[in-house]
Amino acid sequence: MIRFDSVSKAYPGTTRPALNNVSLEILKGEFVFLVGASGSGKSSFLRLILREESPSKGAIHVLGQHLNSLSSRKVPYFRRNLGVVFQDFRLLPNKNVFDNVAFTLQVIGKSRGFIQEAVPDALKMVGLAGKSNRYPHELSGGEQQRVAIARAVVNKPAILLADEPTGNLDPATSAGIMTLLERINLGGTTVLMATHDAGIVDQMKRRVIELISGQIVRDERQGGYQTQAIPVQEFGSYAGEVAP
Amino acid sequence: MRLGLILGEVGSGLRRNVSMVISVVLVTFISLTFVGAAILLQMQVGQMKGYWYDRAQVAIFMCTDVDTTGNCTQTAATKEQIDQVEADLNSPALKPYIEKYDYETHEQAYENFQVQFADSPIAAFVTPDVLNESFRVNLVNPDDADILIESLSGAAGVQDVSDQRGLLDGIFSVLNAASATAIGIAVLMLVAAVLLIATTIRLSAFSRRRELGIMRLVGASNRFIQTPFILEGVFAALIGSILAGAGIVAIVQFFVQGTLVNTLGTTTTLVGLSDALVVVPVLVVVGAALAAASASVAISRYLKV
Repeated sequence: MIRFDSVSKAYPGTTRPALNNVSLEILKGEFVFLVGASGSGKSSFLRLILREESPSKGAIHVLGQHLNSLSSRKVPYFRRNLGVVFQDFRLLPNKNVFDNVAFTLQVIGKSRGFIQEAVPDALKMVGLAGKSNRYPHELSGGEQQRVAIARAVVNKPAILLADEPTGNLDPATSAGIMTLLERINLGGTTVLMATHDAGIVDQMKRRVIELISGQIVRDERQGGYQTQAIPVQEFGSYAGEVAP
Repeated sequence: MRLGLILGEVGSGLRRNVSMVISVVLVTFISLTFVGAAILLQMQVGQMKGYWYDRAQVAIFMCTDVDTTGNCTQTAATKEQIDQVEADLNSPALKPYIEKYDYETHEQAYENFQVQFADSPIAAFVTPDVLNESFRVNLVNPDDADILIESLSGAAGVQDVSDQRGLLDGIFSVLNAASATAIGIAVLMLVAAVLLIATTIRLSAFSRRRELGIMRLVGASNRFIQTPFILEGVFAALIGSILAGAGIVAIVQFFVQGTLVNTLGTTTTLVGLSDALVVVPVLVVVGAALAAASASVAISRYLKV
């Protein structure tokens, strides 16, 4: 589904690469957490999958496409197989909920009939069936993120990328969003979620990939958020090491 | 569905940027009016050339008793000298260039003079013998006048060989200068129009960058993303060029065919409405093409994936 072969990504003008020799494979139907400190390369990782960036070294395959050699003319058609959700929702403020979701289908040329069927289905799935005429500013943060998720999955993508989708939400609302993502995953969609939310990762017990300074330091089945690279230090043991 | 959506985007883009769109309309209007004026001036020059060159002759003036210029020594050209010039005109060297020629005697010259200067007191003082006798030569190709001038200027009894087209060159150079000025202004204005269209499209794209970002994210094709912007630029430029076309037609109708025809009478031909109607589609196509090109360059920055 997604395969990275020794992928490095260095941005121009920096000496330290954002991603350094990363190799991994994510299979169809997996639910994967991507964890790591800010600047560890999570966002670069997602941008590479989306083909918003090209790798400096190494090969990336997504959905059977070799992204390095994908012509920029074909990138839009490739992206129709991916859904993306962001921390800041990225809804269009001047369109109501229905139109926000319908917009993605309109711009890829779907018929009016298809839109009339697919959008209510997607809104029902995320639990916003009765709010299709609301505008984003009339919704709570959790509801806005649900609209964004509906928009991401309305075209039935094979992969859903989520960049800290719960970053702006309180724990209870986050739990609701996670339930939704889990349900989407059960439907067969591969979900790749970058997050800082330790509670969610620990609770879900899914595959965890941890990045530090652009390198994979952990790839664990049913892992937790806690890292091995920087062990959580107790005050007592810390003091003991300093003054033996 | 898609067409409606694209046109809707164009409409909202135009509404959002009304002031910029109006300035694009005005700048294209003025610049294309200058382009049209330059084209019309060139057409006018072409028409006048066609009209006058057909009538322009090379005149070979023979000496009179009072001439001291040319090959004259205050003696009138003799019969032999006149026959010699006529023989030269019929010689194989010159004959191929000559369509026909007439000989104008003192008396004919005097009659023409009296008609031409009927209102002038000078007509009373002129006698037939001070007016040159002359050969009036029509050339097959008026550009070959130099050949005649070179071969006959030195002949005995010839006062002067003159190409009447030389008299028209002054008029043409004025018209050409006006046309060049119009083209110069038009080019400057067109540069301004192109840059203004590019800026307008950038502004429009910037105000819609959220939509553009989402479009790119969900996989809208580049063509779908850029079409509304290009149409926006083309639409504004089209209004400008149609106004320019109307302006050109109005200039021809009311200034050239109205004022100028009344002043100049039938002395020369002037460009007419049919010429103006040829210019209008040129302006519309130029305006639309420039707008499409500059808009697609301006939007291309937003299409990089």
